[in-house]
Formats: sequence, C-alpha cells, structure tokens
Amino acid sequence: MSGRVETAGRWGLVAQFPAPLGARFARNKLAVAGVSVVGLFLLFCFIGPLLYSTDQTHTDLTQVNLPPSGSHWLGTDAVGHDQLGRLMYGGQVSLLVGLTAGVLATVIGTLWGAVAGYAGGWVDAVMMRVVDAGIAIPALFILLVVSAITSPGTLGLIVILGLVSWLVPSRLVRAETLTLKNRDYVLTLRATGGTHGRAIRRHILPNSVSTIVVAATFQIADAILLVAYVSYLGLGVQPPKTDWGGMLSAGLTAAYSGRWWLIVPPGLAIILVVCAFNAIGDGLRDAFDVKGRG
Amino acid sequence: MDTLLYLGRRLLQALAVIVIVTIVVFCLLHALPGGPARGILGPQATAQQIAAFNHEQGLDRPLPVQYVYYLRELAQGDLGTSYTLNEAVSRLIEQRLPKTLVLTLLSALAGLLLAVPLGMWQAVRRNRPADYVITTLSFVAYSTPVYFLGLILVLVFTQTLRWFPSQAPQGDTLAQVFADPAALVLPVVTGAASMVAVFSRYMRAATLENLSEDYVRTARAGGAGQYAVLFRHVFRNSLTPVVAMLGYYVPVLFGGALVVEQLFNYPGMGLLFWSAAQSSDYPVLLGCVLVISVATVVGTLLADVVQRVVDPRVKEGRV
Repeated sequence: MSGRVETAGRWGLVAQFPAPLGARFARNKLAVAGVSVVGLFLLFCFIGPLLYSTDQTHTDLTQVNLPPSGSHWLGTDAVGHDQLGRLMYGGQVSLLVGLTAGVLATVIGTLWGAVAGYAGGWVDAVMMRVVDAGIAIPALFILLVVSAITSPGTLGLIVILGLVSWLVPSRLVRAETLTLKNRDYVLTLRATGGTHGRAIRRHILPNSVSTIVVAATFQIADAILLVAYVSYLGLGVQPPKTDWGGMLSAGLTAAYSGRWWLIVPPGLAIILVVCAFNAIGDGLRDAFDVKGRG
Repeated sequence: MDTLLYLGRRLLQALAVIVIVTIVVFCLLHALPGGPARGILGPQATAQQIAAFNHEQGLDRPLPVQYVYYLRELAQGDLGTSYTLNEAVSRLIEQRLPKTLVLTLLSALAGLLLAVPLGMWQAVRRNRPADYVITTLSFVAYSTPVYFLGLILVLVFTQTLRWFPSQAPQGDTLAQVFADPAALVLPVVTGAASMVAVFSRYMRAATLENLSEDYVRTARAGGAGQYAVLFRHVFRNSLTPVVAMLGYYVPVLFGGALVVEQLFNYPGMGLLFWSAAQSSDYPVLLGCVLVISVATVVGTLLADVVQRVVDPRVKEGRV
C-alpha cells in the first residue's frame, strides 16, 4: 500500500489516490542526491567564477604545471590556466551542451515518434526504418565524421548531438502514442471535427509527458558523456574554450608524469554529473511509473 | 510457417535499414568539400582535374543515377581509397577488423563472465546491502567515460604497480597479438567495465522475473533445493535472453573499441577510424561507418531472431 495515501470521502467511502509525484520522487534517495549534485554543479560552474575569478583566456607561462597550493587550489595546467577556474569554465560548456543537446534530441524524437505512431501504416513503417538506420550508425562514429567535416563551434556541436541522438526518445514516444491514439477522448475529438494536428498537440503529447520527461533526463546524461568523448578525441570545442572532456584530453600526457590534478577533477566531475542525471531519470521513471531505459 | 514469415519480414526490414544507411553515407560523401573526386585524386588535385574526373566518372550526372553507381561499387566491395594511407579502404578494414573483433570479443566474454554471476547474486539478495552496493557501482561504471577508466587503470597498474604494460600488443597479425597476453589485460578490462554494469542489470532483471514464475514455486514445492532451482532452471532461462542482448550491444562495443584502441594504441579499426578523423580521411571514415552499421543491423537481427526462437512468449507478444 506504500505509494498511496488514503483519504476518507465525504460519505465515509475510502478513496485511494496515488501519493503526489514529488513525494514518490523524494522517497528515492539516489534521485534526491542526484538533484542536489546537479544543483551544486550548476552553482559551481555558473556562480563559482564570480567568487573565484581566474583568467581562462590568456596563457601564463610563468605559472605552468604548478601542483595544488593556496593560490591555485587545484594547481595549474601546461599553459598556466588555474585548474579550479578551468573546471568551472569547462563545466559551463559541458553542462550547457549536454542540457540543450539532450532537450533538443528529446524534442526531435518526440515529434518524430508522435507523428509516426499516430499516422500508422506505411508512414510509420518508413519513419521507423529511418530510426532503425539511425540506431545502426553508432552515434559516436557519425558524430566524429560530421565534426571532422564541419569543425563545429559550441552551437554546432549542440545541433549535431541533437541530430544524432533523438532516436531512442522517438521509439518510446511512438510506443506511447500507439496506446493513446485509440482512446475515447482522441476518437471524440476526431469525430467532432478536430484535426490530426490538434489530436497530437492536445491529447497525445500532454499524455506522454511523463515518458518524455524521463527520456529527456537520460538523454541529457548521454549527451554529457557523448560530448566528453568527442572532445577527448580532439573534435569538440577548440582552445582556448574547453569542456571537461577537452580538459581530460589535454591532461592525458601530464597524467603520466604524475600531474593527477589535471585529469582527476574533470574525470570525477563527468562521472558525478552523469550519475546524477541517470539517478534523477531513474527516480522520475519510478515516480511516474513509466517504461524507459532499463 | 509463422516463424518463416517472421524471418522473411524481419530480413526485409533489415535490408531496408541497410539501404537507408547507404543513402546516409552516400549523402555524407557528397557533402564533403570536393566530393568523391577528392577521395580518389587526393587533396592536391586541381579544379580542372576534378572536373575532368567528375565527367569521366559520371559524377556530373543526377544524384539518383550516381547513387546506383555507388551501390554497384559497394556490391563489388569497393569502398574507395584512403587519402593519407594510399590504400583501398576495403583492404585497410580487412587488415584491422579481425584485431578489433578479437579485442571486443575478449571484452564481451570477460564482461559477461563477471556480469552474469553478479546479476544473479543481486537478484537472490535483492534489496539487501550487497544489491544496493553493486547497483551503485554499476551506476558509476556506466557513467564513467571509458578513456578515464583506462587512464586510471594505466596509472595504477602500469605506473605504480608495474604489473601490465600501458601499450596494447602491436604487430599486424593475430599471432603477434596473442603472443603478448599481459599487454591485452588492461585494454580488455577497460572495454569490459561498462559491459559488466549494463549486463549485470539485465541479468538481475531476468533472474528476478524468472524467480517469480510458477515453475520455480512448483520445483521448490516438489522438494528441489533453492540453489538447485536457481542453477538448473532459473540460470538457463535467464541467460539466453541476456546473451541475446549482445546483438543489440554491437554499436556500443565498437564505440568502446574506438576509445580503447586510441588509448592503448592498439592498431585495430577503432584506431584506424580515429586517425582518419584527425587527418580528415573521409573515405576511411565513411567506409568504417558503413561496415559498423551493417554489423549493427546484423547483430540486432540475430538478437531478435534468437529471442524469438528461445522464448516462445516473445512471439505471443507477452513480453
């Protein structure tokens, strides 16, 4: 009976309502921890630079490869950037790209899946084969090819990431649409002259919102990881801009000579944030009681 | 008959997917600066040379016509020529693919050998501390970039403990690869880590599902011991669908190989792809994408078919 609150009705009948969404989510400790981690990282990356001001544009060759100390809490890198400041600065790119690319992918996937599922028949078959083909081309590979062709900036990276990773949400939303499109309220809307577009906008999408939100959370986690891979492989944002993956790539050789402070902080930052988004996704999925990634 | 119909439909679907993949790769090939002519004449070719080549090869014809030509070349196993390595892409892939397959298969095997018992143990000890600890560790392993894990392993096992070398086996033949097993340890472990995370989750879920089935209760009621039931019935019924999941996992395996090979300097297809990305060697990049995509389609097809054959419930749409 956990997960439900019992309320005595006005006539003494006992009605059962599911516990409010927030309460169900709050019961999942990992998910709550995930929210706190994401919140702390957002503060760290976007408010942090106001309190801990560093120069991340100019190199300072008198201050290279310093170990952590009072003046540089996490040391400095091979061109003299303060590493703690760089962690904030790189985190801005990682989080911004991850969040927006994840949301963009979900939006594209939602529209594609809703239209395919609603249309059915040949349209559905063709649209879903396109999704199959997209899934068959591994995202990391196509991402590297397109990055090599276009050498994208931050905005370009977001668009490319969004364009290669909308496939899973589209499958989930299509499945949801298939069960929703024959509900009475959709049939009623159609019978009274409502258009297909209106049915999708007013009924299918609002009723799939839990699936969409859960998918978006996992999408963000994947996007942060994916952009870290692309940057690590040298095709992400270019210096002097950086992100956590780029920092790892830059610190790679230094790590072999014992300068752990160049790779451990960005590595842990990626793990923590991706874990946090996955935990939030898990918590939301359980709270909404929908199917999603297992 | 039913199964034959299903197989036929599924094969047609897979074929359609491969056709779409070739269209995507074809479009990318034409989106390149200079187009396919550059791919054959090389980056130093002049505009006149390219124009002459385009006319000669029919590249000034309508795109759909060219697409048919492209398919004909593919059918002959012609994937173009590398810009930088001056060799046929098909030949390069032929040399490198076996090494990547060895690495990924070893990783998959190591991953499964660890993931299967872990998942079963978690299912048996469900919602106890051990289960929570392993679940959390899987979360962390899943969220760790493969190269970061590999880097940490190198720092610990090569730099500090000096147990294993940081470079994967070199050499062109498989015999040379196997001649140095110690050098394979770190790349294989790095590749296996995320597999353990994912597959122990699958195994846990599959075991839990089977543990709640009627036949378990019947066997237990008939006097079979807990472990006898677990290993004789539940294990077999849970393992097949989990192993079949490997088919869906092909793209991830190749993605992992890309990073592991780059990190450990293992001369397989992943390293070929990475160096091609650094030098904008588009024919190699797109050739690899095509091969990996076809492998993924085949993997998915096999997984679907295996699941249907071993588990009749899939056919009835109950799962």
